[in-house]
Amino acid sequence: MLREIYYQIMGFVRTFGAFQLFFVKLVMNSPRIFVRRFGLVVQQVYNAGALSLVIIMVCGLFVGGVLGLQGHSNLSKFNAEDSVGTFAAFSLIKELGPVITALLFAGRAGTALASEIGLMKATDQLSAMEMMAINPLRRVLVPRFLGGVISMPMLVAVFTSVGLFGAHVVAVDLLAVDAGAFWQQMQSTLEIADIYEGIVKSVVFGVVASLIAVWEGYNAVPTAEGVGRATTRTVVITAIAVLILDFMITAWYLG
Amino acid sequence: MDNSSYELIEIHDLDYSRGARQIFNGLNVEIRRGEVTAIMGPSGTGKTTLLRLITKQLIPDRGVILVDGQDLSALNQKQLYKLRRRFGMLFQNGALLTDFNVFENVAFPLREHTRLPNRLIRHIVLTKLHAVGLRGAADMMPAELSGGMARRVALARAMVMDPDILIYDEPFVGLDPISMGVIVRLVRKMNDALGISSILVSHDVQEIASVADRTYLISDGKVAASGSPQELKKTSSDLVQQFMNGMADGPVPFHYSAPNYAEQLLGRDAE
Ligand SMILES: Nc1ncnc2c1ncn2[C@@H]1O[C@H](COP(=O)(O)OP(=O)(O)O)[C@@H](O)[C@H]1O
Ligand SMILES: [Mg+2]
Repeated sequence: MLREIYYQIMGFVRTFGAFQLFFVKLVMNSPRIFVRRFGLVVQQVYNAGALSLVIIMVCGLFVGGVLGLQGHSNLSKFNAEDSVGTFAAFSLIKELGPVITALLFAGRAGTALASEIGLMKATDQLSAMEMMAINPLRRVLVPRFLGGVISMPMLVAVFTSVGLFGAHVVAVDLLAVDAGAFWQQMQSTLEIADIYEGIVKSVVFGVVASLIAVWEGYNAVPTAEGVGRATTRTVVITAIAVLILDFMITAWYLG
Repeated sequence: MDNSSYELIEIHDLDYSRGARQIFNGLNVEIRRGEVTAIMGPSGTGKTTLLRLITKQLIPDRGVILVDGQDLSALNQKQLYKLRRRFGMLFQNGALLTDFNVFENVAFPLREHTRLPNRLIRHIVLTKLHAVGLRGAADMMPAELSGGMARRVALARAMVMDPDILIYDEPFVGLDPISMGVIVRLVRKMNDALGISSILVSHDVQEIASVADRTYLISDGKVAASGSPQELKKTSSDLVQQFMNGMADGPVPFHYSAPNYAEQLLGRDAE
C-alpha cells in the first residue's frame, strides 16, 4: 500500500520532471525556429487561430450579452445601470476573456494539436523524420507550440472585443442604457494595469495550453485508443491548469 | 572513409529488454556491404526493435553496435543525424506525412536538408518516383494510395537522399501477389543498381528466398540460424524447418501460454 503510493509519487515526480525538461527544450529551440522557419510558424498560427476564431467570436458575443443582461438587472437595483459597460469591461478584460478563450482554445485547437501529433507518432511519421535526420521536436513540435502561444493573445483580444460589442448590443440597444455613459464610465475607471493583467493572463494561458497539447500528443500511447485519451487529457489538464493559474495570478495582482 | 576491416554493421552480444520482457539476449549479427540481408522471425520476436536499435532510435541494455566501425553508443546527436543520413528506412506502413502529397513527401528530405533550386528538386523527385513506377501519382495524397503504392512512395522517399543502406520493415505484409513481386524486384534492383546494402525484415519465406543473399532467423532473443536461403532450407533444426515450411506448431508454439484447455472450459480456474 505504502509502496504503491511511493511508486505513484515517484512516477508523478518523474513525469513532471520530464514535462519541465520538455518545456525547456521547446523554449530553447523557439527563437531559431521563429527566425529560420517563420513560414512554419505562420502556418500554425493560422491553423490554431483559424480553427478557433468562429467559436471564439460566437462565444464572446453571447458571454458579452449575458454580462449586459446580468449587469443591467443587478446594477439597476442600485440605479447604477450606467456602470454596466464598466462591469462588462472589467469582467471580460481581467477574467472571462483570458479564461474562457483558453478553455475554448483547449477544446478546439488543443485537441486538434494533440490528436494530430499523436497520430503522427502512431503512424511512425515522427520516427520517419528521425530516420531522415530531421528533428521532430524542431520541425513539428516547436512550430505548433509557437503557433498556439502567438494565437492565444490575439484570440483573447477578439473574444474581449466581441464580448464588449455583445454587452453593448444588449445594454444600449435593447435595454436603453445611455451609450455615452456606457463608454464614458468604462474609459474613466479602467486603468492600463487592468489591461496588463489581462495580457499577462492571456500569454501565460497561451503557453500553458499549447505546451499541454503538444506534450500530450507527443507522449500519447501510439495507438488509436492512446490518441483518443491524449485529446481528452489535453482538455481536462488544460482546464484545471488554467483555472488554478488564474486564481494565482489574480491573487498576486490583488495582494 | 574506409573501414573495410569492419563489416557494414556488426552487432555483438546485444541485450535489450522492454519492461520485464527480455527481447534480445546475446544477439550477434553481421551485415555485409553490397548484400541484401534478411532478418526473419515470428511476429513479436523483435525484428522492428532490432531495426530501431541499429538506427539508435532505441538504446541497448548491453552489447555493441558498430556501423562502419563507429560505435553507436559514442555518437552525439549531431553525429547520429549525420550517420542517419546514410540510412533510408521504409517503415511497416510507409509513414508518409499525411498533410503532404506524394511529390512533397518525396521532396521533404531535400527541402529540409538542402537548398537546391526547385527545378532540380523537381527533377530528382520525379526520377525517384519514376523508379518506383509512380511518377503519375505525384499529385495524389497519401490517403488516396493503396498499401502497395504507399510503400513504393515511401521507398522513393527513402532513396531520395541517396543512402548507402536501405532498411525495409516488413515491406510485403498485406500486399497482393503482384505488388509483392514489384517490391521484391525493386529491393534487388535498388541494391544492385545503386551499389548499396539492404536490410530486409520479413516473414515471407518465398520472397526472402528469392531476394536475400544472407538470412538471419531470430528466435528467443538470439540468432537461431543464419546463411543463404538455400543453406537455411537444408538445415535440420526443427525451428528452422518449422519456419521455412510454415508449419503451425513446432518449437515456436501455435498457442500463447495458457492454462489447461479442458480445465478452463470446465470453469475450474474460475475460482
Ligand atoms: N512501445 C512498446 N512498449 C512495450 N513493448 C513493446 C513496444 N514495442 C514493441 N514491444 C514489444 O516488443 C516485442 C518485439 O516487438 P517488435 O520488434 O515490434 O516485433 P516484430 O517486429 O518482430 O513483430 C513485442 O513482444 C512487443 O510486444
Ligand atoms: Mg515489426
